[in-house]
Amino acid sequence: MAKHYQNIVIGGGHNGLVCAAYLARAGQSVLVVEAANEIGGAACTRELVPGAKVSSGAHLLHAMPADLISDLGLANHGLSFSAQSIKTVSLNADGPAIVFDGDTVKGEDVSAEDEAAYQRFNADMQRMAKALRPVFDKLAPEPSIETWAERLTLLGLGLRIRSLGRFHMRELLRIIGMNFYDLLDEYFENRQLKAAIAMDALLGAEWGARSMGSVLTYLYRLAGYQRSKGLGLALPAGGMGAVSQSIAAAAKAAGAEIRTSAKVKSILIENDKASGVELDDGEKIQAGRVISNADPKQTFLKLVNVDHLDTGFIRQIRNLRSRGRAAKLHLVLKAAPQFKGLQEADLGARMLIAPNMDDIELAFNPCKYGRYPEEPVFEITVPSASDGSLAANGQHVLSAIVQYVPYDDSAELDANRAAFLKTILQQLERYAPGIGKQISHAELLLPRDLENEFGITGGHWHHVELVFEAFLFNRPVPALARHSSPIEGLYMCGAGCHPGGNVMGIAGRNAANQVLKGGQ
Amino acid sequence: MKHDHYDAVVIGAGHNGLVTACYLQRAGLKVLVLERNSYIGGATTSISKYEDFTYSNCSYVCSLFRQEIARDLELYKFGMQVIPYNGGAQIIKNEDGSHDMLGAYWHADANRRDLERLSKRDANAYDRLNRDIMRQCEFIKPLLMRTPPDPTSFKPRDLMELLYLGKRFYGLGKERMLETIRFYTMSAADYLNEYLENDALKSYVAGGATVGTALGVYSPGTAYVLLHHAMGDIDGTVGAWGFARGGMGAISKALNDSFIASGGEVRVNAGVSKFIVERGKVKGMQLEDGEVIDADLVVSGMDVRRTFNAVDPNELPAWVVERVKNFRFRGSSAKINIALDGVPKFHGVPDGSPCLTGDIHISQSMEELETAYDDWKAGRWSDKPYLDMLIPSLIDPTMTPEGKHWMSIFIQYCPYEPAEGGWTEARRQAFGQHIVNRIAEFSPDFTEKMLHMELRTPKDIETEVGLTEGNIFQGELTMDQLIFNRPIPGYAQYRSPIKGLYMCGSSTHPGGGVMGAPGANAAREVLLDLGRRN
Repeated sequence: MAKHYQNIVIGGGHNGLVCAAYLARAGQSVLVVEAANEIGGAACTRELVPGAKVSSGAHLLHAMPADLISDLGLANHGLSFSAQSIKTVSLNADGPAIVFDGDTVKGEDVSAEDEAAYQRFNADMQRMAKALRPVFDKLAPEPSIETWAERLTLLGLGLRIRSLGRFHMRELLRIIGMNFYDLLDEYFENRQLKAAIAMDALLGAEWGARSMGSVLTYLYRLAGYQRSKGLGLALPAGGMGAVSQSIAAAAKAAGAEIRTSAKVKSILIENDKASGVELDDGEKIQAGRVISNADPKQTFLKLVNVDHLDTGFIRQIRNLRSRGRAAKLHLVLKAAPQFKGLQEADLGARMLIAPNMDDIELAFNPCKYGRYPEEPVFEITVPSASDGSLAANGQHVLSAIVQYVPYDDSAELDANRAAFLKTILQQLERYAPGIGKQISHAELLLPRDLENEFGITGGHWHHVELVFEAFLFNRPVPALARHSSPIEGLYMCGAGCHPGGNVMGIAGRNAANQVLKGGQ
Repeated sequence: MKHDHYDAVVIGAGHNGLVTACYLQRAGLKVLVLERNSYIGGATTSISKYEDFTYSNCSYVCSLFRQEIARDLELYKFGMQVIPYNGGAQIIKNEDGSHDMLGAYWHADANRRDLERLSKRDANAYDRLNRDIMRQCEFIKPLLMRTPPDPTSFKPRDLMELLYLGKRFYGLGKERMLETIRFYTMSAADYLNEYLENDALKSYVAGGATVGTALGVYSPGTAYVLLHHAMGDIDGTVGAWGFARGGMGAISKALNDSFIASGGEVRVNAGVSKFIVERGKVKGMQLEDGEVIDADLVVSGMDVRRTFNAVDPNELPAWVVERVKNFRFRGSSAKINIALDGVPKFHGVPDGSPCLTGDIHISQSMEELETAYDDWKAGRWSDKPYLDMLIPSLIDPTMTPEGKHWMSIFIQYCPYEPAEGGWTEARRQAFGQHIVNRIAEFSPDFTEKMLHMELRTPKDIETEVGLTEGNIFQGELTMDQLIFNRPIPGYAQYRSPIKGLYMCGSSTHPGGGVMGAPGANAAREVLLDLGRRN
C-alpha cells in the first residue's frame, strides 16, 4: 500500500528543502522529490573531474537570513564556511585593481573624493535597503485594505519609508525607478569603480546598467547582505552543495523524506484539488498538498494539465519573463592563476572584470539580438584558494559568472558554445596572462545548459525576472503571490515567488508558513 | 530711474508660458511675457526659412493639447484649427528587394483589411492592443491636469491627493493593477510582443515609444509612451493626431492673441540674465541688456536648469542645486524640414495614396529600432534611425506655394555631443546627408525634389530654442523624473525654494509635448497662493 503524505515538495532546491524542513518541524509528513540524482538544485557541488569540485550553480552565499540558519540549526547539520565577508576586487588589465572591503574602497586610481563618495553612497543605499528589507523578508503584502491586518501591513510599510526622514524618503521614491548607470554617475567619477558597483545590480539580471529597475535589484541584494548579519559574501566549506546538504539534513532530522532521481511528470488533480504527483516512470504518489519549487512556467505550463486553469491565468504565466542571460564557467587549473594587479593573498576574493559601465552595456547589446558578446563581463571566484577540499594536488578550480549571454536553442548550440568559450578564455588571458596553459578542464554552461541542468525555464536564476511588474504582490502573478495557487492544495515555494532569487530560502520558509496557516 | 512694475512676469513665450500668462491675465493680474528670441512660440513655431514655404520648425503635430485649455482661453476663436490626419504608411522592404506598404486608414474597416493582409492574427490583436492602451489612458488622463502630491507631506491637501491617487489605483482591482504596473514598467518591445507577431507592424507602433527619450524600444519603461498614440484628442476625436493649420506656430499665435486681447503684454528680444532675489523672495529680473524689471512674482517657462541657473546659488539650498545639476536632459532627437518640388514617390506606395497624409515610417523591425538606440548610447547618430516623416502641406495648403510641399522629418536618435567630437558644420552636413540618403533608399525621386533643407541637431535645438541639451521635453520622462519627482522631489508643485518664483515649463508635471497642462497647472497654483480663483 503506497504511503500517503500530507505534503509533497517538487524539487529539492534550497527553497524546496527549506520548506520541507519547516513543515517537518511542524509535525507534518513531507516527501521531497528531486529529478536530479543529487539534491540542491542550483545550490550544489559537483565533481567536474576526479579531484576537482565546483559549485555548479550559485557560487557565493550572501543572502541567507541569519535566523533561518540558526532556526534550522544548519551549523549542527554540517554547514560551515571556508571564508566569510570576502573582499571584492575589480581587475584592470592595464592598471591597478580596485579593492572593496566592507564599506571602504581603495585603489591607486580612486580619488579621495570617490572614496568619500563611496562612504556616502554606501550609507544612503544601506539605509534605503534597511527600510525595504522587512518587505523582502516577510510574506508579500496584500494590495488590499479590507481587513485591519492588511491595513496595518501597508501602514507599517508606509511608516518605515516615512521614518527614513523627508530627504531620504524623497530620495528613495526618486531612485527606485531609476537605472543604476545614471545613479552611479551622480555619485562617482572613476569609471571602473562605477562598473564594479553596477555589477552587483546586474548579476543574473536580464538587463544592462542603463535599464530601469537596476536600482531595485541593487537594494534587493543589499537587503540580502543585511539579513545574513555579517556573513557578507561567504564561501561554504565544500561548496554551495554544503548549504543544500545541511538543509536536507535538518529536514530529514525533523522527519522529512527525500527521494532523488524522481522526476515529476505531472501534478495529479482530483476534483479540482491537487492530490499528488505522477513520476516519469508512472509511479503515483498521493499527498494532501503539493508544493512546487519549480518555476511558475514549469509548474503551470508543463506539470499541471491546462484544463484546470483559466486562460487569463495561463496568459499571465506565459508572459512572465524568464530570459536568463548569465552563463557559468568552470575551469580546473593545474596551478594557482596569476591575475594582474592582484595580491596572491587575495586569490580568495571575488574578482570582477568590468572595465567600465559602457563596456557592460557593450557586452549587453548583442545578447538583445540573440548574439554573443565579444567582450563579456565576469564575476570570478577561485574557491579552492580558501577551501582545499575542492581541488586536490595543488590544482585550483575557477568558477565564473559570465554575462550577457543569449538563450540559445539553435542547432549550432555546441559550436556556439565552443566559440564563445574561446572568446571568454581570450578575455581572461588579458587579465590573467598564462591562464590558458594552466587549464586542464573547462566547462561552459549557457542559459540553455542551465535550464537542462537545473530544470529552470530559460536558465534564469530568479526563475522570473526581478522587476516591478513581478514584484511584491505581483510576484510572479497576483494569484500566486501568497504561495497558494488557483488550484486548491497546490502551493509555490520557489524563487519565482516573492521575494525572489538568490540562495536565501525565504520563499521556502514563507510557503511553509502559509501552508501551515492554511491548516489541514 | 523708473522701473516697470508687473504683478507677474512669465519668462519664455513658449506654449506653456503663454498658457500661464493667459490664465493669470484673465484672473486680473498685470502680466508681462518676456521672450529671448525675436519670435514667440519657443518650440511651437512656424517660421519661413525659404521663399514662400512655412515650416513647423520644431514640434510638428498636435494631439495632446488639452481641450479644456483651448476652451478656457478661446483659442478657436483666436484662430487655432487642428486638422486630423487621415492615414499613415509603413513602408516594408521585402526580402527579395521589392516593397510593400502597410497603410493606416481613417476608416476602421480599411485599416483592418490592410492589417489582415499582413497577419490575420494581428488584425484581431491590434484591436485588443488599442483597447488596452485606451484603458490605461482613462487611468492617466485625469492626472494630467492635477498638481502632484508631495508624498512626504502631511498637509491635508497632499494627503487628500495621495488618497485620491491611491483610491484610483486600488479601484482598478487586482488584475487591472498588475496590468497597469506592467504597462508603466515594461519595454515597448515586450509589451507589443504579447499582442503582435508582424515585425513591421510592431516597429510602426513602437517607434513612437522612444520619441525624445534616451531609451530604446527594448528598455523597460518605454511601453507607456505608447500612450501618446491614444492620449490626445482633436475636437473630441480621441486618439487623433493632426496638423495645426498654418503650422504649429498657429497655436502659439492663438495663445498670444488671446493673451493680448485680455490685456497682456509680450516683449520679444528680451532674454533674462538673472532673477533678482532679496531675502528669499523674488523681486524681479535683469535682462541681458541690463534693464531691470520689477515683479511681484515670476513664472519661468524655461527648463529647470536654466531657471535655477538664473538664480544666485547662495539663495538655494545645496541639495536643490545638486538635484538640478543631476536632472537629466540628454537630447536624443533631431529635426529636419525640407521644401519639396512636389510630392515625392515612395516605393510600395501608390500615387495619390491617402496614407501619405499621415506619418510615414521606414523602420523595418524592432531590432532595427533598438540598434538605432545602441548607436546613440555610443555617442553616434543612428545608422538606421527612426524617422517620423510627414507632409503637412498635403492637408494644409497654406504653408507652401501651390504644387509644392514641405516635409517634416523627426529623427531618433541623434546625440547632443557626438563621441568623436563636438558638432562642426561639416559634421552637421554629414548627418543631414545621411538622413537624406536613408530616405532616398525608399524614395527614388526624393533628392531631386528637394529644394531646401533646415536641419536641427540637439545642439541646434538648444542654441535656438533654449532647451537644455536639446531635450524636446525639457528633461527626460523617466520614472525618476515624473509626477512628484518632476522636476525635483519636493518642488514638484510648480513652486521653487524662492518665494514668488514659479515654474510652468515642460520640466514640470506632466511633462513635454504641446499639451499646455504644465502651464495651466502652474497658473492654478499661482492663483491659489494669491487667494484668487481662476
